[in-house]
Formats: sequence, structure tokens, C-alpha cells
Amino acid sequence: MATVATVRYQRGRGSELLLLGVSALIAVTARGMVDYNAAVLVISQMLWYTVAVVAVLLAIHLALRRWARDADPVIMPAVAALTGVGLAMIRRIDYAWAARGAATHFGQIQSMWVLVGAGVCVAIIVVLRDYRVLRRFTYTAGVLGLVGLLLPLMPVIGREINGARIWIGLFGRSLQPGEFAKIAFVIFFAGYLQTNRDTLAVTGPKILGIRFPRARDMGPLIVVWAAAIAVQVLEQDLGTSLLLFGIFVGMLYVATRRTSWVVVGLGMFLVGAAFAGSLFPHVRVRYVAWLHALDPSVYSSGQSQQLVRGLFGMASGGLFGTGLGQGRPDLVPYAYSDFIIASLGEELGLTGLMALLMLYVIIVHRAMRTAIGVRDGFGKLLAAGLGFTIALQTFIVVGGVMRVIPLTGLATPFLAYGGSAMIANWVIVALLLRVSDQARRQHEVTA
Amino acid sequence: MNEPVRRLSVVVLVMFLALMVAASWIQVATAGSLNSDSRNVRTLYREFGNFRGPFVVGGDSVVYSKPVKDSFNYQRTYTDGELYASATGYYSIVFGKTGLEQTENALLAGTSDALFWNRLRDLFSGREQQGASIELTLSAELQKTAMEQLGNQKGAVVAIDPRTGKILAMVTSPTFDPALLAGHDTQAVNDAYAALDADPDAPLVNRAIAGDTYPPGSTFKLIVAAAALDAGYTPESTVYAPDSLPLPGTSVSIENYGGESCGKSEQITLEQALTVSCNTAFADLGITLGWSTIEQKAKEFGWTDTFRVPLVVTPSRLPEDPNDAQVGMSSIGQFDVRATPMQMAMVAAAIANRGRLMTPYLVDTARSSDLSVIEKSTPTQYSRPLTTEEAAALTQMMVSVVQNGTGQAAQIPGVTVAGKTGTAQTGLDTAPHAWFVGFAPAENPVVAVAVIVENGGSLGSEATGGKVAAPIAKAVMAKAIALSKLGK
Repeated sequence: MATVATVRYQRGRGSELLLLGVSALIAVTARGMVDYNAAVLVISQMLWYTVAVVAVLLAIHLALRRWARDADPVIMPAVAALTGVGLAMIRRIDYAWAARGAATHFGQIQSMWVLVGAGVCVAIIVVLRDYRVLRRFTYTAGVLGLVGLLLPLMPVIGREINGARIWIGLFGRSLQPGEFAKIAFVIFFAGYLQTNRDTLAVTGPKILGIRFPRARDMGPLIVVWAAAIAVQVLEQDLGTSLLLFGIFVGMLYVATRRTSWVVVGLGMFLVGAAFAGSLFPHVRVRYVAWLHALDPSVYSSGQSQQLVRGLFGMASGGLFGTGLGQGRPDLVPYAYSDFIIASLGEELGLTGLMALLMLYVIIVHRAMRTAIGVRDGFGKLLAAGLGFTIALQTFIVVGGVMRVIPLTGLATPFLAYGGSAMIANWVIVALLLRVSDQARRQHEVTA
Repeated sequence: MNEPVRRLSVVVLVMFLALMVAASWIQVATAGSLNSDSRNVRTLYREFGNFRGPFVVGGDSVVYSKPVKDSFNYQRTYTDGELYASATGYYSIVFGKTGLEQTENALLAGTSDALFWNRLRDLFSGREQQGASIELTLSAELQKTAMEQLGNQKGAVVAIDPRTGKILAMVTSPTFDPALLAGHDTQAVNDAYAALDADPDAPLVNRAIAGDTYPPGSTFKLIVAAAALDAGYTPESTVYAPDSLPLPGTSVSIENYGGESCGKSEQITLEQALTVSCNTAFADLGITLGWSTIEQKAKEFGWTDTFRVPLVVTPSRLPEDPNDAQVGMSSIGQFDVRATPMQMAMVAAAIANRGRLMTPYLVDTARSSDLSVIEKSTPTQYSRPLTTEEAAALTQMMVSVVQNGTGQAAQIPGVTVAGKTGTAQTGLDTAPHAWFVGFAPAENPVVAVAVIVENGGSLGSEATGGKVAAPIAKAVMAKAIALSKLGK
């Protein structure tokens, strides 16, 4: 068992309330600007929105005071700010579409999902008093994760939307079980790795100066790798595939402290990705679009149009952006979901984009701090895994939009339109808050 | 396990740093090239989304940008589209810009250097960039008269104020409504364009300045007469006018219209030759004067030069190194002599303005959104093809054409009209083009016109310039004089 850093914590509930006030101000101002620039600003509606935002944030705050009074005070304000900006931007895209004669209601639907997500978050904090209970469900979580991944492949309920078979239809709504599966996998990995980390840490042969794991311990890695490849091939979902495998390798590293696992893991993934690229046209198209996005022939074939339009949008925003509601983010396909970061880049500029990315860095940083502060290995793996999930998911989708890596479809946490992702990410927040609450309470007792 | 968690945090930081570098790269470092990429429709939307200055005729905005609730923000609106299409052109999201919409784009869009201070002020006051308004020299009344007169005949009318070069009317028929091409429904615009483009009567072609140039026919005799005056002839000088003139070196002869005689004898005065539009006399006169004399005179009137009014006027053409037979044919405006209606209006205007040819122009004033004048056109002299005396002599002969000769249909009661008809052969099977060029009042001209009606218009092969084109010119000139008396 690793050492525990002994830091004296302040509870920080007062700071949290203050920061939540700032987040509420951001959310309300953003929406006000959007409505104002769409010339539909109604004061009474704004008041109601303000009341709703304050009520939701106050409810969460009071719930934390009552049931998780030592929880990290920065995570929730950062999440609230991101969510508020995302809601405003989705509403803004609705207006843009309305101006073009198409009535969409993504903003209203997303508001509902945010309410559900916040509700689920509070419910978890109320019900789950000790995160260590989750360790008992290690293998259950593993199975649930697998089922979640495979559900879209089932006949009858599986749905294919825009070429990716990652949806299931339930009660007339589409659901992305992969978003929930990632949480189940983090719980499974945390439990599994905590139990087997000593075995996995035993080193084998030394190649090129790096000690590699024993071949007999490679089993789990190969299973997850195979699952990731299967997701990529069968569901045409590169994003989830990369996310799952990345989470596992990251957590494996945290559990074993062996760089060799990362080398082996990355190597396997690159081989798999190259293999998929050479075998499957839909994967190859992504690579070509990524490498030669601005190439006229690639662009005119339509392969990189979405990506390039996103770049055009961001470029038009420049350093300070066009201002909320004053750009043309609707010229980019999926401006409210996969490409919401390009929409935000256009209207808030590089300055706004940096601020949003910093909010993610803060959330992830607080998750890592929680992992360092918590005493038990399962808790460390869980917190680090959840934090890394948010980081990696953001990196995969934002990096895809910004041409750092090939474009894959994933929801930008807290910003993008999508019920499954919204709820799933609020679950992650709830778990992080719960772990941080216990981590900091332990210190209080020992200090 | 704390050490690997810390390292993982560093990895996460590196990942986000990569995103921040990428964002800076896209939004700042390469933003310029992305913004100027031709595939970037935002540039188009930005241009089309700005308030664009109006075109003003006689104090009324005839073309303006109307705020609309769609992705372009503004709809280019043409209140009397067909009437001004020949000048304004169209402004289309699909087919780009033509006409003055194109040539005056920098002023209309507000990007012109002349608007620098206005832009700076808009920037600081947070106002939307405003384009300048363009006031045209056209007269709404004359434009309407010319258009009504042409009716459904193919052809063109150009009217110029001879004293300044202001283009008072420029009508081409058939024409089109730019509003059809300025819509924001791409499909409808494509369909409208396809229909206009496929129309055999070519409504998109501006016949007044940029259509196929026309053989000027007998109107070119004005140039030969001017060259003769320059060479020492007077209206009373006698010229050789047989019933039939064999062309040197060929077996062909030139005859007069309808095979008639030009006078009682084969020797008639220059004035009589012009009055009856005597083909044999002018063919012989041209051969006698020599081609270089005529070519020189034609160039002084503007032939072979490209004019920008600021719409580009197709240069009128002259034959290269013609032999005597070809000189004979050229002297009566056939063979390889070609002219635009604008060119023929300039001929009339130069004679009317005592021999001084003023450069024609369409744009009078450009005003910024606060109505201050940014640019104002000043009349400039292009050339001096005639002396005052020569111009007076030619005017006297042209008055005779309208009083006693082929142009009697252009007479206006109480006004002395000077003019010249033309009936240009276009081929054996097609009806001739009917021309009339002239000005009025002869003593103190306020308007010079050129009218062409393609293939005889409603009269077909029976048509002559005197029958078809002269009445149109008469109506336009009468209207111009009436407006002039009202002080317009």
C-alpha cells in the first residue's frame, strides 16, 4: 500500500457556494447573451431561468453539505460552469436553425437531461455512503460494462445512427449504453487491478532496456484490447474503443507503476489501429481526412468537410471570438454535439476555449488530488480512473475536432448535446465527490 | 500508487497543452489562411451578411439591401429590376456579381479605401460596416420611355447628355429581373439562371454595350462625312452619286436602297447625299478619301478603344487593311465595321457638343452612409474629332436628314432634330438591323441618342432605320427635352 499524503484540508463548503454563484452567473449571462443576440430576450423568462439555475445549484450544494460535507469544493462549480455554457450554446444553435427555417429543440431537451443528471448525481451521493461498497460489484460491473458495449449490436433494440452502431432504442428514445459502460469498466478495472496488481507488477524479460511483463500476465490486457478492437470494427466507434483501451492502460499503469505496460498497450493499440485502417474503409477514411483535411480532393470527396468546416469556424473566431450568438456555428454539421467545441471556439474565441479547457484541467486535477489523498488502493484507482476518463474523453473529441488526432465521435463532457453522456458524466461527478468526501474525512480524523 | 497518479496528471496536462497549442494554431497562427480559403463559405456569408449600399436613381433607391430573417441577414431587393438590370447587373449568392454590382463592389460593400475613415469610425462606435450608396446618372423617366418604346423588340437604346457624357438611358431588350437571381433559395436561383441562359433571345446580354457588336450601316456615313469635312469638303461640295457603283476589282456593284437614284443627276451635294443616305456617293467618297483618313476619324470618335463607364464597353471594330472594294463597303457601314449602340450614341454626342466628345459615365456620386460625398464624377473630354465649324456643318446636314430625308419619323413639333438613319444588312435571309442616331434640339442639344432594333423588329424585312428606329429615338428625345425644360 502506498503512502498517504498528509495534508490538512478545509472543508471549503463556503468557497464552493461562492464558486457556484460564479458558475450560475456564467450560465445565466451566457444564456442572456444568446437570447439577446437572437432578439428574443424576455426578462421574465430570464428570471425563471436564473431561479432554476440557482435552485438546482443550491439543491446540489445543500445535498453536499448534508451528505458529503467534506467533498471537493471545486469540482461541482467547474462542472456547473461547463454545463451552463454548453446549454447556452445548444440553445444558440437552435436559434440559428430557427433562422434557417428548421425548428429544433435541442436546448430544451438538453435542459431536461441536465436536470435528470443533477438528480442522479444527488441520488448517488445520498444512497452511496461508502464508495468501497462498489468493490463488491467488481465483476458485476465488468459484465454490465460488456453488456452495455454489446447492446447496440443486438437485433430489435440496436440502432445505427450516422454509421455508428452505438445506440439502443428504449421507450421511443435513443440511448448510448457505451457512455454508461465506461463507468462500469472503471469500477471493474479498479477492483480487478487492486486485487491483481502485485501479480501484474512482476516483471519479465528485459527488452531494449525496459522490463516487460510476463507473457502469462498479458491475458487481461489482451482481452480488453480485443474488446476495443471489436467495438471499433463491429460498431464503427473509434472513439469509445480508444477511450476504453486508454482508460485501461492508464489505470494499469497507476496500479503497477510499470511503464512497460504503457509501452505494450500503446504498441498494441497502434498495431490494432493500423490493422483496422488497412482492412476497413470507414476507418481508413478517418485517417485520410485527418492527415489531408485541406487537400482539395479529400475535401471535395466530402471526407474532411465536417472537420474543415469546424476549422473554418474556429479560425473565424480568432482570439476573442465573434461573441455569443454573433457567429455562424450552424455552418458546421453537429455544431450542438460532436462539434460544440468548434462552435464555442468560433463565438468565444481562443480566449474562451482556453478557459473551457482549463475548467477540464481543474476537474481532472481535483480528481487526481482525490486519488492521491484517498487511502485505499481501490479508491485511488477509482478516482484516478474516473478523472482520466473525463480527460481522455475530452482529449479524444476535442483533439479530433482540432486535428490533433483522427476525428471520432464522442460527446464533449458536460458541453455537448446528448442525454446518455450528460447523465453518465454526472454519475462520474457523483462518484468523484463521494470518494473525495471520504478521502478528506479520513484526514480530518487522523489529523 | 501516488507517484504514478502524479505522472498520469502530468500526462493529462500534456494532453491538454496539446489541445491548447492546436487551438492557438487554428485560431491565431493559421487563421488568416483558413479565413481566406476559397472553400470557406463564411467569407461569402460575411460579405452577403453586411449591409450593402443602395443604387439611387433620381433620389430613389432602386436597388437596396433589405434586412431579412435568414442566414444572410440581408436580401438584395430590386424595386424595378428589369428597368435597371442593364446597369446594375445582379448580386447573387450562387452566380456572383455582374454590372455595377461588380464594378462598384468595394464602395457598395464598404471595403473601398475611400471609406477607410468611415470604417474606422464604425469599428469604434461598434456599428455594422456600412456600404456607400451609388447615385446613377440614369434618368428614370428616360429609361422607362426607352423601354416602353422598344417594347418586345430586340435591341438597345442609349441616351447621353452630350455636354457632360452622363448616360441618361441605357436599355437593352429583352432584359431580365435581377431579383430572380438574387434570391437566397439556391435551387430557385439555379432554375431561373438556367432559363435565362437557355433563352434564345439572350436576355442576360447587355446589347447596349457588350452584346455582339452590330454593323452600323448608314449611320457610319456620319464618320465618312466628318472625315470629308476634315479633308476640306463642305455640305455644298458635290459628290459622285451614280445609280450603281461598280466596286473596283470585283464584279459586284453597290446600289442605293431600293435601287433608287440619289438625285436628279449623278453629281449631288454632300448634304443631299447624307439626306437621302446615298450608298454609291459615300462608297465613292470613302474610296476617294482613302481608308486611313476614315480610320483616323473613326478612332477619334472612340472606335477600337475600350471604355469603362465603368461597365466595360466592347470596343467597336474596324477592318484591317481593306482593299478599295472593302473600303467602299466599309464606308456605308458594312463589311467589317462594327459598333456598339453606346459608340453610336457617342458619335451623335460628339457632333452635338460642337465636336467635343465627352467620356460617357454611369456613376454620378458615391455617398457614405452619413451622406457625405466620397466620390463624384466630373465630366472629362475624351477627344475632339471635329472643329466647331465642322460640327455645325454636320449638324446642318443631319437636320436635313430629319427634315427632308430618311429620318422624317424623328421630327418633333417645335424642335429641330438632327439625326441619321441606318439599315444594316445582316445576311441574305435575315431582316436588316434598324438604326437611328441623333440629337436635339439641334441648336442647343440636351440629349444624344442611338437606337438599334435588331432584324427590323416588328416590321421584319420591310424595316428601315427611318421606319422602326427613328420613332423610338423621337420619343426618347422628346421626353429628354421635356424633362430638361422642367429642370430635371
